[in-house]
Amino acid sequence: MTDLRSQNGLSRRGLLKGATALGAAGLILSASVRRAMAEPKRGGILRVAFASGNTTDSLDPATWDSQFVQCFNVARNATLTEIASDGSLVGEIAESWEASADAATWTLKIRSGVTFHSGKTLTADDVVASLNYHRGEESKSAAKPLVDPITDIKAEGDTVVVTLSGGNADFPFIVADYHLVILPSSEGKIDPMTTDGCGAYVLDSFEPGVSVKMSRNPNYWKTDRGWFDGIEALAIVDSAARQNALITGEVDVIDSVDLNTVTLLQRAPGLVILPVAGNQHYVFVMDTRATPFSDNNVRQALKYGIDRQELVDKILQGYGSIGNDIPMGAQQPYYNTELEQKTYDPDKAKFYLKEAGMDSLSVQLSVADSAFAGAVDAGVLYSERAAAAGINIEVVREPSDGYWDNVWMKKPFCASYWGGRPTPDLMFSTAYSGGAPWNESFWDNARFNELLIAARSELDDDKRRAMYWEMQDLLANQGGTVIPMFASYVMAHTDKVGVPEVVGANQGMDGLRAFERWWFV
Amino acid sequence: MSVIWTMIAKRLGLGVLTLFVISVIIFGATELLPGDLAQNILGQSATPETVAAFRKELGLDLPAYTRYFNWLFGALQGDFGTSLANKRPIADLIATRLGNTLFLALYAAAISVPLSLLLGILAALYRNSIFDRTVNAMALSSISFPEFFVAYILIFVLAQSGLFPSMSRMDATVGFGEALYRTFLPALTLTLVVTAHMMRMTRAAIINLLASPYIEMARLKGMKPMRVILKHALPNALAPIITVVALNLAYLVTGVVVVEVVFVYPGLGQLMVDSVSKRDFPVVQAVALIFAAAYVLLNLTADVLSTLSNPRLIHRK
Amino acid sequence: MTILINLFWIAVAIAVALGAGWLFRAATIALTRGATARMLRTAPLTAGFGMLVILIYVVVALFAPLIAPYAEREVVGAQFLPWDATHLLGTDNLGRDMLTRLIYGARNTVGIAFATTALAFTMGSILGLLAATVGGWLDQILSRIVDILMAIPSLIFSLLLLTIFGTSVTTLILVIATIDSTRVFRLARSVALNIVVMDYIEAARLRGEGLWRLITREILPNALAPLVAEFGLRFCFVFLAISALSFLGVGIQPPTADWGSMVRENAALITFGDVTPLLPAGAIALLTVAVNFVVDWMLHRASGLKE
Repeated sequence: MTDLRSQNGLSRRGLLKGATALGAAGLILSASVRRAMAEPKRGGILRVAFASGNTTDSLDPATWDSQFVQCFNVARNATLTEIASDGSLVGEIAESWEASADAATWTLKIRSGVTFHSGKTLTADDVVASLNYHRGEESKSAAKPLVDPITDIKAEGDTVVVTLSGGNADFPFIVADYHLVILPSSEGKIDPMTTDGCGAYVLDSFEPGVSVKMSRNPNYWKTDRGWFDGIEALAIVDSAARQNALITGEVDVIDSVDLNTVTLLQRAPGLVILPVAGNQHYVFVMDTRATPFSDNNVRQALKYGIDRQELVDKILQGYGSIGNDIPMGAQQPYYNTELEQKTYDPDKAKFYLKEAGMDSLSVQLSVADSAFAGAVDAGVLYSERAAAAGINIEVVREPSDGYWDNVWMKKPFCASYWGGRPTPDLMFSTAYSGGAPWNESFWDNARFNELLIAARSELDDDKRRAMYWEMQDLLANQGGTVIPMFASYVMAHTDKVGVPEVVGANQGMDGLRAFERWWFV
Repeated sequence: MSVIWTMIAKRLGLGVLTLFVISVIIFGATELLPGDLAQNILGQSATPETVAAFRKELGLDLPAYTRYFNWLFGALQGDFGTSLANKRPIADLIATRLGNTLFLALYAAAISVPLSLLLGILAALYRNSIFDRTVNAMALSSISFPEFFVAYILIFVLAQSGLFPSMSRMDATVGFGEALYRTFLPALTLTLVVTAHMMRMTRAAIINLLASPYIEMARLKGMKPMRVILKHALPNALAPIITVVALNLAYLVTGVVVVEVVFVYPGLGQLMVDSVSKRDFPVVQAVALIFAAAYVLLNLTADVLSTLSNPRLIHRK
Repeated sequence: MTILINLFWIAVAIAVALGAGWLFRAATIALTRGATARMLRTAPLTAGFGMLVILIYVVVALFAPLIAPYAEREVVGAQFLPWDATHLLGTDNLGRDMLTRLIYGARNTVGIAFATTALAFTMGSILGLLAATVGGWLDQILSRIVDILMAIPSLIFSLLLLTIFGTSVTTLILVIATIDSTRVFRLARSVALNIVVMDYIEAARLRGEGLWRLITREILPNALAPLVAEFGLRFCFVFLAISALSFLGVGIQPPTADWGSMVRENAALITFGDVTPLLPAGAIALLTVAVNFVVDWMLHRASGLKE
């Protein structure tokens, strides 16, 4: 009961915030956020150990695939907009922005007086070149699908005018993506391998897969950010080694705590576990084109055959919450609070199997721990519980290596994860609209697709909400994705590190911005 | 002696051939691995168009044999190219890591080889005694634990108390003494992992000879047991011992990726595994060839020494 | 103080182990007659203990379903339950009974390790002895192939092969056995090289003995000791290989219990002083020590030493 209430409370607050954020363009940091960040002070070298980081990492923004590269590059650079700690949108390089009535043309005013580390002043041309790098036929950028709707982009004085192929009220959220950092350009092109940037920290050295050293940018334009004198980020892939480095005081922060041992880590003196409930969710996804998953009754049976609470307890050690097959966190705007929460119910699962004309069902579930931490174990638990409903799930552990191109979207039933998106439109159009490149369940629901486009340019909030609620209903009861759990980002730091009261939940490490937002007490 | 020189020349020639074959095998295997660099870098974010553009930029759309020969042509001129993933010259990527790998291997070898020979000889001398049994049981237990587990235990015992650092981070500023201190735990882990094998082979090879008539004779002449072993048994037991030592030295150079991961030590193993997982073929090739060359050289040394230790092999009819 | 207590318990454990070994030896001597009994009488206590342990493992492996209190994959409660009367060794990270997992682990792990080692030795020693005896081009070809295979780091090579061929138990056994057999080949060849230059081999050749007879009758018996010693070690290296492979994400399919993966799954607990991972690791260590104690005894017998 308590749980439900707090979810409602959160979502109401989220709705209001979302409405302001979307309605009024160009919000500045709200007063409450400022207060939460009170009394930080300058100084010290922050040492952070990351669970990711690979010897093949590069400076090219098209390829930033792990939290290690994302974090240090965001600290080195800046994006047009920034998702604030509370999930609302604030300006960064873009001082303000406004949309045309159909939300298809956006004019962004570029902040003046921002300089790169090299001394060059940031101009609208740099913005155009930086975004163009990810666009077009030749683009090899992971962010290409994000900027694909842009049909034209041009600099006009100190503004940048972006034309989209259709109306999109969420466009300012898109340019907050970490790939879309602004780099210095010359003759309309950026050098993707440049070490230059306009962020809080200057890159001193970068050894791929080993470490990064940065020092504070003395000319940084934000006065309330970038408190450390320097940053040292280390790649420590082994979770036990990472935790030991924290325990023995060789690092100050670790970005991802091994949940199997989190209770033991908690006992170590002087350490703080920092869980942040966000939109990151772990999923089991079915190919809705393939038998038996093409039958919605089978999909429903599989959704009732999973013990969500057990997964949260045993895989997440309680650092998370149960999911309702909707890819949105309960605190997000437009979250459907009236949808019935699915629970583990073997009888209902059996009922749906019978509806599908089956007594029992045998399927293979492909998993690997590269899909999400604990995916193999989660699959084993799923299989154990589903057996009670006459569903025989054979768990197949696939090699972690190459999971995303050999298994994901190839095998009919497999594990996957999503970091979540700040708005429902971004999440739905990325992974659930018919024909989208990352529609992992290949679900193609006419009504859903129609609502998605309508809601995108709908500026009346009540109507928009009604549409998003109906879409969530469709997803939960007809979609091909089982979303059993939302996983918190669980970090840990020593008690010498100061952390704002509200920590960004859109991605790990305070929305990738811990380097500029945190401080030493 | 000329037999030895012919053998060395022949084996070096064969070594070059081996390296060539290995480069073909490694290339073939990376080709057979599902997925390529473009897909693996983009991971979950890959779309068909971006993957195609990525491939084109890196020349991955060329046929496999063209890419192989382009690489081979460069390599023969001493140019190993740049990493496909981060565009850095491979020579730069490898240089410091190779140094680190060799340093750790030599460090571990300097402890483990004398230690295992000594323990092996003593165990053979006092065979079946309490000493023999204890040394054996301890050596066997230490290799029954996986490397990472041994490493964790050492971290728990020696690093959490603050005696040694749990991470062996290396950079250019670290002096020799400091480097020895920082890499003590990984070197100790590796010592525990390889000692048992060499020590038991030493013991077995010596004991195997103790019933030979010439040993019997030496003993009947009243020679001291230790002297019998050192003077008569050991020289004839050297061949299998040298073989096993060479195998373990090769392992110390090429097989320590797990220890590198746990102690955050920037060596070649980590580079190889990362590059394999991202299909960064030129880097995989370069590291594989270094590993192979190390192996070939150690092997050759072992064979030369074995041959020298047995005059019958030199004068083989 | 804790060190002294630990030492005391270690001493007790050794005494109990030797006592059990003595009882077991006495029992087997009483139960057998003739040559077997005479042979057993020469066994040292450690070998008796080793045989007892191996016997227990084999029994546990064979009758796992009868001995284990729960089913192999059954989730019986919350995770990481402490040791108590219902769950003697507590539960694992998913709430499965630890004792049950260990018992089934014996079956899977020992089975796989034995199959792999046997296969590796058959391939490796036959080819190695053949290469040494025949010499010439056969030796050259086989040695070069083995050189090439060995020059590729084994862990990375098996990772490559398993990614290409998939990770069923059969491929796992074949891949590890192939890679292991190259090591056996080299050892067998190098030992045999020393033997084939002996006068009695020369004599046998002059007698006109066939190749097969030469290898099995003259060379193998004299090369057996180092090979047997190697067998004892290779056997336990298989556990380690599986464990290291599961460290890198390929290994035995869940929910099958095997010790190598169990060590991997729980390993991080040891850095907090929790002894859980010592259970599967200890099971491996005990078996390794036991096997090698028996091997030592056989080695001693093979050497022909009387004392």
